[in-house]
Amino acid sequence: MKFTYTIEGGDFSKAGHASSSVKKVLKQLNVNSKVIKRIVVALYEGEVNVVAHAYRGKIEADINAERIYVRIEDEGPGIPDIGLAMTAGYSTASEKVREMGFGAGMGLPNMKKNTDELKVTSEVDKGTTVEMTTYLK
Amino acid sequence: MHNDFHHALVVDNELCYGCTHCMMACPTAAIRIDNGKAVIIDERCIDCGECMKACPVDAIFVEQDDFKKIFEYEYRIAIVPAVFLGQFSKKISVKEIVDAIKETGFTHVFLAEESAEVINEVMLNEYDSDRERPLISPFCPAVVRLIQVKFPGMVENIIPVKTPVDSTAMYVKKYMQDKGLPEKRTGIFYVTPCAAKIAALKSIPEDEIVINGVINMDMLYNKVYHIFKTRKGGNTIEDGSFTGISPKVLKWSLTGGEADNMKGRCLAIDEVHNVTKFLERVEDGDIINVDFLELRACDHGCAGGVLMTENRFLTVERIRTKADRIKEDLPEQPIEKYHGHLKANAGISEIEPRSMFKLDEDMEEAYRKMQRIRHLMCFLPAIDCGACGAPNCQSLAEDVVKGKAHLSNCIFIQRSMEKNRKLSNEHAIRLIEKVWGKDRLDKNCNKKGAENETD
Ligand SMILES: Nc1ncnc2c1ncn2[C@@H]1O[C@H](COP(=O)(O)OP(=O)(O)OP(=O)(O)O)[C@@H](O)[C@H]1O
Ligand code: SF4
Ligand code: SF4
Ligand SMILES: [Mg+2]
Repeated sequence: MKFTYTIEGGDFSKAGHASSSVKKVLKQLNVNSKVIKRIVVALYEGEVNVVAHAYRGKIEADINAERIYVRIEDEGPGIPDIGLAMTAGYSTASEKVREMGFGAGMGLPNMKKNTDELKVTSEVDKGTTVEMTTYLK
Repeated sequence: MHNDFHHALVVDNELCYGCTHCMMACPTAAIRIDNGKAVIIDERCIDCGECMKACPVDAIFVEQDDFKKIFEYEYRIAIVPAVFLGQFSKKISVKEIVDAIKETGFTHVFLAEESAEVINEVMLNEYDSDRERPLISPFCPAVVRLIQVKFPGMVENIIPVKTPVDSTAMYVKKYMQDKGLPEKRTGIFYVTPCAAKIAALKSIPEDEIVINGVINMDMLYNKVYHIFKTRKGGNTIEDGSFTGISPKVLKWSLTGGEADNMKGRCLAIDEVHNVTKFLERVEDGDIINVDFLELRACDHGCAGGVLMTENRFLTVERIRTKADRIKEDLPEQPIEKYHGHLKANAGISEIEPRSMFKLDEDMEEAYRKMQRIRHLMCFLPAIDCGACGAPNCQSLAEDVVKGKAHLSNCIFIQRSMEKNRKLSNEHAIRLIEKVWGKDRLDKNCNKKGAENETD
């Protein structure tokens, strides 16, 4: 089953929309609530990253009885050094974003921690793609 | 009688005329219309009473014990929640209210929240545990059930502690025993502000039951009010343990009653839709660094309980006024002698999840059902009118997949089937009558708003 969502850069009020909706689907599938929690946390961080750092993006979640695969693709500045971006505490967040309580540099590390497979690809000045897979059992 | 998910809300089939108000108001989509009457689905109902508040003809009621049952006992004890004291004008003192309760037939009266001090201490001790944050109070049984069915992943946040009523009942029993009154001849009755409390009390395992019966608060209100209206002289039977209640105990069941006495960042949220929305956000990981949540299904806490007669804003104001008048140094209360005993026995077993969302235990099967639901949603019109007997299109699709309804219950689907000659006119009418009752479409001038409206 495929679910798609769109995200606007800068619109923090809508961040969490995709994770909340995916959560409802996983509850219906009787997925263990600890597993749901991990998936929701990772997806939420991914959404917020698009809102905070990119211009716009698209989320595709593909769910079957074994696993959830999520692909978050954005148009934005891209990440020049992915290794560095993955480091806990590293952030380029603007003052404005920090004021809103984001920008601790923990998003990507949290996504890594909470998914079974995480893949980040990026092209500077074009955009970033995050792919996450988590097994449901 | 015992059932670990007992419900207290009942539909009166004589009065119900299948208007859908309750079905649309239910926060867990637990109501359907079948054969012209509302039907409550046990697994989804949380006993919050929203349906009862929404019904235009009082067709939903809260089951209770016969008041006469109290006279089966020689010692008749009423455990009364503080909000009852807010049902009467400020000119009427607590003592007068207690006396009037006794005049209805009780020999002793205790305040339900009397043990709040003990419960407060136990909840504060939880701060040192590694329990998931925010800690959630189990005070409101409708909220506990809401979490069980809708937020099963959060049951572990609920502090496994008795509610004040349960703890107070335990105290009362021991107190009476210590006074040498035979247990067999002592009947403990709880006066409830809502359906949720009854449902919870009746779900307690048989061997742990201390309360012998439940009286609805509106019924006691009528009896007491009648006494005030027809009163000639004073009447004092025996002194209860009602003097010297603390402001904290008095305000415990109002919004903020618990949160004001907990540590760290505490929030008090009332009204079932507000609670649901807030828990959604906590579950999404969007709200962090909160230590404690006081959650109540009713607006203004128990002052907004479904069996409350008086307006909730007035109730709150009166109780706050009473609390403000209480002097600082209160005499020692009899309950204080039992503090250790109550504290040692304040624990309950962990709350179990009982998800209402899961389409099947088996994930593969649930997945297939989910696919079917999504497919059915391609055909349903997304009007959410309720004319199929389910509260919205999504619920109908789920019911169809669970084998509990037919796609053709949707009146718009019926129309397109008629157009494609897959359904005859007569058959369509039969389908409507199955959900809405026979003769439902006939002219009837007695209905609400019609020419010969009768009440
Ligand atoms: N979608 C993206 N587009 C462009 N840059 C990104 C994107 N996602 C992450 N980054 C870069 O990687 C850095 C680290 O990301 P990470 O999510 O770990 O932290 P953060 O977003 O800065 O703070 P936090 O997630 O803790 O609120 C960001 O500061 C940003 O420079
Ligand atoms: S609200 Fe309408 S459908 Fe529900 S019980 Fe009352 S009369 Fe029946
Ligand atoms: S808030 Fe009080 S009155 Fe309302 S359902 Fe909960 S316990 Fe009952
Ligand atoms: Mg981030």
